[in-house]
Amino acid sequence: MDNILEVKDLHVSFDTYGGEVKAVRGVSFDLKKGETLAIVGESGSGKSVTTRAIARLIPSPPGRIKEGEILLDGKDLAKLKEKQMQQIRGKEISTIFQDPMTSLNPTMKIGAQIMEGLIKHQKMSRSKAKERTIELLDLVGLPNAKDRVDQYPHQFSGGQRQRVVIAIALACNPKVLIADEPTTALDVTIQAQILELMKDIQKKTDSSIIFITHDLGVVANVADRVAVMYAGKIVEIGTVDEIFYNPKHPYTWGLLGSMPTLDNDEESLVAIPGSPPDMLNPPKGDAFAPRNEYALEIDNEMEPPMFKVSDTHYAATWLLHENAPKMEPPAAVKRRMKGFAASSDKKGDKR
Amino acid sequence: MARYILQRLGYMILTLFLIATFSFFLMKMLPGSPLSSEQKVTEAQREIILEKYGLNDPVPVQYARYMGNLLQGDLGVSFQLKNQPVTDILLSRIPISAQLGLYALLIGTVLGMLLGLIAAIKNNSWVDYSANIVSVIGISIPSFIFAGLMQYYVGVKLGLLPIAFWGTWQQAVMPTIALAIFPMAIGARFMRTEMIEVLGSDFIVTARAKGLNNTGILFKHGLRNALIPLVTVMGPMAVSLMTGTLVIEQIFSIPGIGEQFVSSVMTDDFAIIMGTTLFFAFFFVLIILIVDLLYGIIDPRIRLAGGKD
Repeated sequence: MDNILEVKDLHVSFDTYGGEVKAVRGVSFDLKKGETLAIVGESGSGKSVTTRAIARLIPSPPGRIKEGEILLDGKDLAKLKEKQMQQIRGKEISTIFQDPMTSLNPTMKIGAQIMEGLIKHQKMSRSKAKERTIELLDLVGLPNAKDRVDQYPHQFSGGQRQRVVIAIALACNPKVLIADEPTTALDVTIQAQILELMKDIQKKTDSSIIFITHDLGVVANVADRVAVMYAGKIVEIGTVDEIFYNPKHPYTWGLLGSMPTLDNDEESLVAIPGSPPDMLNPPKGDAFAPRNEYALEIDNEMEPPMFKVSDTHYAATWLLHENAPKMEPPAAVKRRMKGFAASSDKKGDKR
Repeated sequence: MARYILQRLGYMILTLFLIATFSFFLMKMLPGSPLSSEQKVTEAQREIILEKYGLNDPVPVQYARYMGNLLQGDLGVSFQLKNQPVTDILLSRIPISAQLGLYALLIGTVLGMLLGLIAAIKNNSWVDYSANIVSVIGISIPSFIFAGLMQYYVGVKLGLLPIAFWGTWQQAVMPTIALAIFPMAIGARFMRTEMIEVLGSDFIVTARAKGLNNTGILFKHGLRNALIPLVTVMGPMAVSLMTGTLVIEQIFSIPGIGEQFVSSVMTDDFAIIMGTTLFFAFFFVLIILIVDLLYGIIDPRIRLAGGKD
């Protein structure tokens, strides 16, 4: 499969009065056509900044892409001028934002908000764009699309608004769809509907999706591959099966251990102790070491490189070095892993 | 919508009735009469005049008579100005004040919005700081200082513009500028603050993510959302500008309603004071209605709250 997007050694910093905040510190990954890549990590891990940088939506100043390449079909977005980028945004890369209550303009009819992109990128006439808008609203499952194009955002519920936001993002058939926690602000029943919708749309349009979330349940549901981010870096990347059944990084263990599931009878969830490092002064060595009970001496001295586990699975932890002591995930996480495997067998595998 | 406006008009009439009643009794509680400053009137003459205008009747009777006339559009006659009907005096003076006020309001608001927009876009640059200084000056220095300075330098020294009276466009320039500075300064400050806030909203990021250019984002998505607070302050501002400005009309000898109001107060000219007060009140409730309707036009969320259409 071809890579539609390749991110190489991306660094993003914010210049603040306190100094340079290194939010993203050398992120590399690629995205294949028709694939869904989930980026997971706790708040402040740099997952949103990474994807905003890809769409060049980082406000500058204070933010800037310090180095790295963002190759969309071979074209380096990091080097484009703002004017050229305006031709790409909404047309080749679209973004679905987290909070549908605030990401729509309250004083503009939703139809007009969807049509803007069509008129700009596809040079449609207003009447043509309106027809297409009604089609899009049908596609995202909004009933009575014909009547509803002329309504304002406050006349829609949260889930309906997120459908509108998705319709805006899909308007020009983008090659890459960035979904920045699209279900976080919705109630659980609506979350499931929106996820189903996104999977459905991906099947129909064959677009590639980068799906940011901190909900591992969502990951298991939608993603083909998973990148785990911590302190501005990808610490582990692999297919969903590899991350859920054979995680290698202690941080991934921590995330899996802290994930609530229905089908286990643990008394309590395992929390990762401590809090993420201050990105104004990222620690020397492995940024996760202070919170890591499996940390080795070398973690305080040197950052671990990406070790290859399989062709698709990489993790940045010294535990994978040939001289490192053999470590096993904690018992609770192992039980989880078994649980995941069992429940995916039960479902008879959709993948 | 029509029902909503009708309902509002009903409230307006009620408001005006209450204001008329209050003002009437307050006026009656004041000591003195239109004749108190007249030295040459004898006691007998005074009695005749008071009798003629019904000022000897009990206050409730006077009130009933005043309200009865008011319903027929009769505001009584002036005591000072040779029995001229108050309605005629108001009608000859209000258009001048309103015209001057409207010029100042339009010019001030448009310039202020532009200034505020530029300051918001160039947030924290020298452009922003200069715009800020301009608006602080405009807010803190009273308009009569600008008026006096302009009269002296532009009018007297350079002889470019007439320094007084009303009629030609040249005569309108200086009072308009003097009056426009305050609304401009206020407009600029509100516009800047609001616009910076709006430009930081999530939906602006959505608009950028669609690939729109900056001008499109600013005018299609930013401006309308920043207008509400501006309309809120500009409504009462419109009233105070268009109902005659006591100081500026005096300085430029403009025969507007503000100048008339001052001289009527000085001479205790009951009918004119009542008439002017009622006019101010009427204009004020009218502007509030217009502002409320504008809210609905600008922001659809307010439209539904106002009443079902």
